[in-house]
Amino acid sequence: MKTKETTVRTARKKTPREVYLAKRRNRKIIVIAVQIGLLLALFGIWELAAATGFIDSFITSCPSRIIATLSSIDAADLFKHIGYTLLECVVGFIVASVLGIAIAILLWRFTTLRKVLEPYIVVLNALPKIALGPIIIIWVGAGAQAIIVMTFLICIIVTVISVLNGFTAVDEGKILLMQSMGATRLQILTKLIIPANVPTLVNMLKINVGLAWVGTIMGEYLVSTAGLGYLIIYGSQVFKMDLVMASTVILCILATLMYLAVAGVEKLTKKRYGAV
Amino acid sequence: MALLEIENVDLIYQTETSETEAVKDLNLSVDEGEFIALVGPSGCGKTTLLSMIAGLLNPTRGELKIDGESIVAASGSVGYMLQRDNLFEWRTIESNVLLGLSVQKKLNDESRSYALGMLEKYGLGEFRNSFPKELSGGMRQRAALIRTLAFKPRLLLLDEPFSAVDFQTRMTVCDDVYSIIKSEHKTALLVTHDISEAVSMADRIVVLTKRPATVKTVFDIDITAPTPLARRESPRFSEWFDRVWKEVSL
Repeated sequence: MKTKETTVRTARKKTPREVYLAKRRNRKIIVIAVQIGLLLALFGIWELAAATGFIDSFITSCPSRIIATLSSIDAADLFKHIGYTLLECVVGFIVASVLGIAIAILLWRFTTLRKVLEPYIVVLNALPKIALGPIIIIWVGAGAQAIIVMTFLICIIVTVISVLNGFTAVDEGKILLMQSMGATRLQILTKLIIPANVPTLVNMLKINVGLAWVGTIMGEYLVSTAGLGYLIIYGSQVFKMDLVMASTVILCILATLMYLAVAGVEKLTKKRYGAV
Repeated sequence: MALLEIENVDLIYQTETSETEAVKDLNLSVDEGEFIALVGPSGCGKTTLLSMIAGLLNPTRGELKIDGESIVAASGSVGYMLQRDNLFEWRTIESNVLLGLSVQKKLNDESRSYALGMLEKYGLGEFRNSFPKELSGGMRQRAALIRTLAFKPRLLLLDEPFSAVDFQTRMTVCDDVYSIIKSEHKTALLVTHDISEAVSMADRIVVLTKRPATVKTVFDIDITAPTPLARRESPRFSEWFDRVWKEVSL
């Protein structure tokens, strides 16, 4: 009798809260495990298919050849290429974001200017920026600067449009409140418009991370002597698919890291300023 | 001398397609310490009138004066409370309450302690460091009122400040706001479409005509009860309600 009682006590029924939390935790673990498993499976199948001759690894490359390629490239050389691409991407991204916000502020402040520039912005937004490649090269020269300009151009218009949309969507009541207190335009901007748009700005950064990479790699395809885009183009021209794939993998990792950095900013601001 | 004087004011709105007379030949004077309610058919230009008093809109003709001085632009002498509390979600309650003071560059130790003192006095002291979303609708409205009072405006404008609060809370918020305004000895101008609200709070009710708005009738409400809730229980409440209601709907 006594032993039975003890077992009952130790096998105490879990509270609904505990059950819920355990379920949640388990689901999270399962999702992460499947994500990692999926990645490993893809690489595994790729490797296996290449090893058995099901696919031609000369054309498709395979994980083991990617690793071999990466370890065969001189580390200093590899980092030089990574450094170029990263520099072009980050500089273009930062300049476009800062200047884009500045332009959005001007257009918010001066309604007539906004009306005047509206069609120009629409056209620039619709224009595929890559078409400007040759002009950029002639104007600023073939090199990293051309790629930075390309990255900048791809990001800036979207930045201006999305930030301006956020600025003009601020609640009229709140603006009225500030005006009734006698606030100046500058005070309305700094105390209301910008803080109310922190989620918009973070979202803009997130979009720009993706676009900046498009701009940089496109730019490097057009004109470059160094960088990951250059490696990819060079690799494809001399038919070294291992180099193409290896560069692509590095690109994936870099883009993810940059996205995570912005996601970190989002996490920091989310609690106070909310999210989009 | 009256605190607020409105003299022969006209306001004409210009739009692309038409010209609208919103206010026509309106005269009103409000004495210090009075609680005035403006009622009238919806869309009659009540909010337009408040905008002019707040200095956000200039009259086409006529003059508006506070303490004998013409109102030309928004200044710290009028506190405007809108339908929604418009608290800034990213600021703490304390920082929200100090907003007007910081906008008007009047933030110093004295004004800060005056504002924070009101937070304490009206039961929001422990929420100083909370964010607006952590407060109930009634508490938010109280915080919005303290924010308006913090920069010591001469006149308070209340534009249907209870319409966004649910009915249950409305009565208590109404009592809250009324007692805070009375204990701070403020002069207030309330715009409302709710006649019972007007009768329960105002010393004087000004009935406006339909657009273009002008003063139709002024009622001096003589119910002597300390709070809006107590007034609602007075036998004379329904009598006044009927009189005002008839005047508005005529």
